Amino acid sequence: MLPGKWLTAFFGILLATACGGHASAQQTIKVAYTDPLSGPFAQVGDANLKQMQYIIDHINAKGGALGKKFELVPFDNKSQPSDALIALKSATDQNMPFIMQCSGSNIAAALIEGVEKHNERNPDNRIIYLNCGAVATELTNEKCSFWHFRFDLHVGMKAEVMVRALPKDVTKVYLINQDYLFGQSVQRDVKAFLAKLRPDIQVVGDELIPLGKIKDFSPYITKIKASGAQALLTGNWGPDMNLLIKAGVDAGADLSYYTFYAHLAGGPTAIGAGGDNRVLAVMAFSENVAPAIGNVEAEAFTKGFRDKHKFDFSAAGFRTIFEYLQAAVNKAGAVDPGKIAVAMEDLKLKDFLGFDTTMRKDDHQIISEYFVGTFKKGVKYDAEGTGLGWAPTATILAKDVDQPNTCKMKRPGAA
Amino acid sequence: MEVFVVSLLNGLVYGMLLFMLASGLTLILSMMGVLNFAHASAYMLGAYFAYTISLYVGFWPALIVAPLICGLIGAAIEMWGLRRVHRNGHIAELLFTFGLALLIEKGVQMTWGLLPVPYRVPELLDFPLLRVYGTQFPAYRAFMLLISALMFGAIWLGLTRTRVGLVIQAALTHPDMASALGHNVPRIFTLVFAAGTALAGLAGVIGGNYQVTEPAMAFTMGPIVFVVVVFGGLGSLTGCFIASILMGLIQTFAVVFDVSLADLLAKFGFVVTSQTPFAELLTVTLPRVGALLPFLMMVLILVFRPRGLMGTRDT
Repeated sequence: MLPGKWLTAFFGILLATACGGHASAQQTIKVAYTDPLSGPFAQVGDANLKQMQYIIDHINAKGGALGKKFELVPFDNKSQPSDALIALKSATDQNMPFIMQCSGSNIAAALIEGVEKHNERNPDNRIIYLNCGAVATELTNEKCSFWHFRFDLHVGMKAEVMVRALPKDVTKVYLINQDYLFGQSVQRDVKAFLAKLRPDIQVVGDELIPLGKIKDFSPYITKIKASGAQALLTGNWGPDMNLLIKAGVDAGADLSYYTFYAHLAGGPTAIGAGGDNRVLAVMAFSENVAPAIGNVEAEAFTKGFRDKHKFDFSAAGFRTIFEYLQAAVNKAGAVDPGKIAVAMEDLKLKDFLGFDTTMRKDDHQIISEYFVGTFKKGVKYDAEGTGLGWAPTATILAKDVDQPNTCKMKRPGAA
Repeated sequence: MEVFVVSLLNGLVYGMLLFMLASGLTLILSMMGVLNFAHASAYMLGAYFAYTISLYVGFWPALIVAPLICGLIGAAIEMWGLRRVHRNGHIAELLFTFGLALLIEKGVQMTWGLLPVPYRVPELLDFPLLRVYGTQFPAYRAFMLLISALMFGAIWLGLTRTRVGLVIQAALTHPDMASALGHNVPRIFTLVFAAGTALAGLAGVIGGNYQVTEPAMAFTMGPIVFVVVVFGGLGSLTGCFIASILMGLIQTFAVVFDVSLADLLAKFGFVVTSQTPFAELLTVTLPRVGALLPFLMMVLILVFRPRGLMGTRDT
């Protein structure tokens, strides 16, 4: 099909086998990255990987940390907790100081437990778990851990942002979520905030769907229409999100969609022009934020990615992660996970857009700004070549996303 | 009523799409005894070919060309792959097609990338055909129904009214006798395999833009097609048709009815509380398990009627 692409892949493999492994043992700071790189959710992991690599190149060009460069080592976990634990094992076997994982709160829960056990048993070979997107509220509350740092807002915070974004004339909403730890977390938190902030809103439907199993959402749309809902609130991601909105748009349902993940890989393509001004996403970033606030440097950075790859840059949060790592490693003065974890606590940085962020010490949850984006025509940077893009319609500052937590953290050495 | 009519239409569309996929598989399975794991991969290839072709010459040529390419690939697989593996028995064939499915998935990922491709409904058909109680019924879905109905008619006529069809039917049930009578049975096998793959390709062409064209589409569609084939019964096109429509309707209607086993028991005056044993299981609502119902039905039919709905021999 595309001989160029095949050749590149071929030489890439040659290169990787030629210089992988022995060339640079301690020269780089290795970050193990585990996410689905195959199977139904592969698109998500792959998009993350490309964006992280772009960010790492940028951070390394700015000097890395302690004169060392960061290096990303991907492990496929096929969306399975057991495979993620194998990745953790490989990472610790190679003395990597960090493991990063974004997709799947059930996997995150397994990783937190695994890292906790490993660090307890191997005080000389500890590892820090950087959570780049597993957002079930529990992970920094009931299940919080000293070795786990979360760099995305948790479901409770996102749910509050979503509920606040609902216009005044909406009185009937429908909830659809994926039937696992994360989806149930969304379901519970959204309902809690609806009850608290918008008692006038009636939840006319509330449903859990099997993860990644449904091919045609038309029957759900029929049901939602029959319920008289004006807005559909969903935490779905991947195909479950794309197919849901596609079915809604195809049926011409008079609905607004409030989502957590419609802006991520594949979403805009599936939604298409029919979703104009109907789909909103609670998002960490949109490429249209930088031009909106007039930050030329940030705009150039995201445009650089867009020029290089064929898809959009959505992962500003990943850049924040590596800036935190850079600062924490420099502050710790050594690539020692124990010291780095301490250095990371209560670290305050301005992210590349210029907003204040903090890594909260109590629960290791980042507190950063967040956006609500509306999918519509006439934006500067469109999404996935659809001609439509995410216009930032609301910006929520770090101080306003803050929520109390119930974390009782067990610190090493304290016991 | 509104929900019923709209769900019926949606179920029919989905069922007919399943049928397009399953009809090819049931022919291949009943004739050659090969459970072709790569069948859904042909569906995916059809969608991707159609997408690429439609970039250059539009959707309508793609509708013809993409299934043809799939058919050629199918013929090649049968002649140079399956036929060799066939000597080593059914397990070898099964593993062969399984490996092939994985290879095709990787190949698609490397060629077209991991992201969905923007394969869209042609503009000519991109309008709401009619409104059913306020819900739009897209013209494209009607087109899908039409294509699959035409296909059903064509296969049925082809199998029962033409000479080739009669030979195929003969080779299905009595391959040795057909061979002894001078028919080239291996060539018939190739023909059937190619035709089956082409049908899956056609399903991909019209299903790819109805759903989303992405590398995981084969993986998600595969299992349900097997269910249809087993449920419908080996060697029976009619059984396959009924099973497809049934599965389409079941999956659609399961979503609509918010009932659980507990509700059913309540009708008989038995109230389920959190203290009841298996309360968790009893209170799960139908929509939550809707996607699993076809698999449950497959298990049941394998236990109680192993030959399937209208099958002529045991699975």
